[in-house]
Amino acid sequence: MKVLLRNPRRELDVPGPLRVNALLAQLDLNRESVLVIKGDTLVTGDAMLADDDSVEVRPVISGGAA
Amino acid sequence: MKCRRCKAPAVMDIRRHNASFCATCFLHHCTEQVRRTIDDFKMIAPGERVLVAVSGGKDSLALWDLLLDMGYEADGLYLGLGIGEYSDESGRMTRAYADKRGAKLIEVDLRDDYGFDIPSGSKAARRVPCSACGLSKRSLFNKAALDGGYDVVATGHNLDDEAAVLFGNVLRWSTDYLGRQLPVLPGEHGFPRKVKPLVRLGEREMAAFCVLKGIDYIVEECPMAAGNKHIGYKEALNAIEETSPGTKHAFYFGFVDRTHARFAAEAVPQGGDLGRCDRCGAPTTAEVCAFCRLVERAAAP
Repeated sequence: MKVLLRNPRRELDVPGPLRVNALLAQLDLNRESVLVIKGDTLVTGDAMLADDDSVEVRPVISGGAA
Repeated sequence: MKCRRCKAPAVMDIRRHNASFCATCFLHHCTEQVRRTIDDFKMIAPGERVLVAVSGGKDSLALWDLLLDMGYEADGLYLGLGIGEYSDESGRMTRAYADKRGAKLIEVDLRDDYGFDIPSGSKAARRVPCSACGLSKRSLFNKAALDGGYDVVATGHNLDDEAAVLFGNVLRWSTDYLGRQLPVLPGEHGFPRKVKPLVRLGEREMAAFCVLKGIDYIVEECPMAAGNKHIGYKEALNAIEETSPGTKHAFYFGFVDRTHARFAAEAVPQGGDLGRCDRCGAPTTAEVCAFCRLVERAAAP
């Protein structure tokens, strides 16, 4: 599957099928810190991702709150 | 996973609530959390005019959207910070949202209106960028609220923001800041009331809210904030939350509900013992307020 990562923007190829939580573990990402968007739909941690899916892993942490 | 409310397929899981929601029920959940926060902390009375501090990010646009949908008279204030492409993009996102909703947006531009931007101003004043930015925002939001006759300034601080600030204040035992870290600060000494209606919602929920409502927001991090202490605190808390869901909520609301009062006596009130700034007339403890001193240093050759 194609996985789009942000900050910095880059794309990875990850073999599927794979559950969302397994993908995040493989990428060493904390699920509290990201959303996973398959196509244009949000998906939960137990959702299955197929080899031909396009997935965005979007970080949600923002900073600078002074 | 199934939606907790309607059993439809879920799109969003919230581990600290041990719950999942479909899109419709998740948006309902967000609205109810904000309504409850506004009611519990008496943030906005019927008929009051609200000025929403908007940045083009997920939290402030979601907050504005929620308040408008709930029927509040809520105008937006956008502050142009002059941080290169990041500011250009965040300004575009904010204007596009205001246009789409037919909402009133007030704009203040640091460079056009005050002759400096955050990169140059922070350097000239020898402040870290987030400090110069926060000082400018606080001062100009107050001024715009008072000039425009608004009763309340609403900001998009969410549970993660507040838990991270609390974490930092506890690590340093900054008791004066702990004494005033509440979801609502009363209007006093010429300052408008400040409210944070998103404190029951995490930033993952606010990003999901924007995705599900089709609100375009700036996903990129502010280049001047990247790697700051505040983000480090959030990452540390998220590492704990990963294994102990609900910790951030328990930490923050345990403080607000059970511990804050112990520090109240040490709180520095908004503005302290106040006179008026010789330059701009804003409430201040000094002859010239901190923002006017920043403007002066930033403008010096």
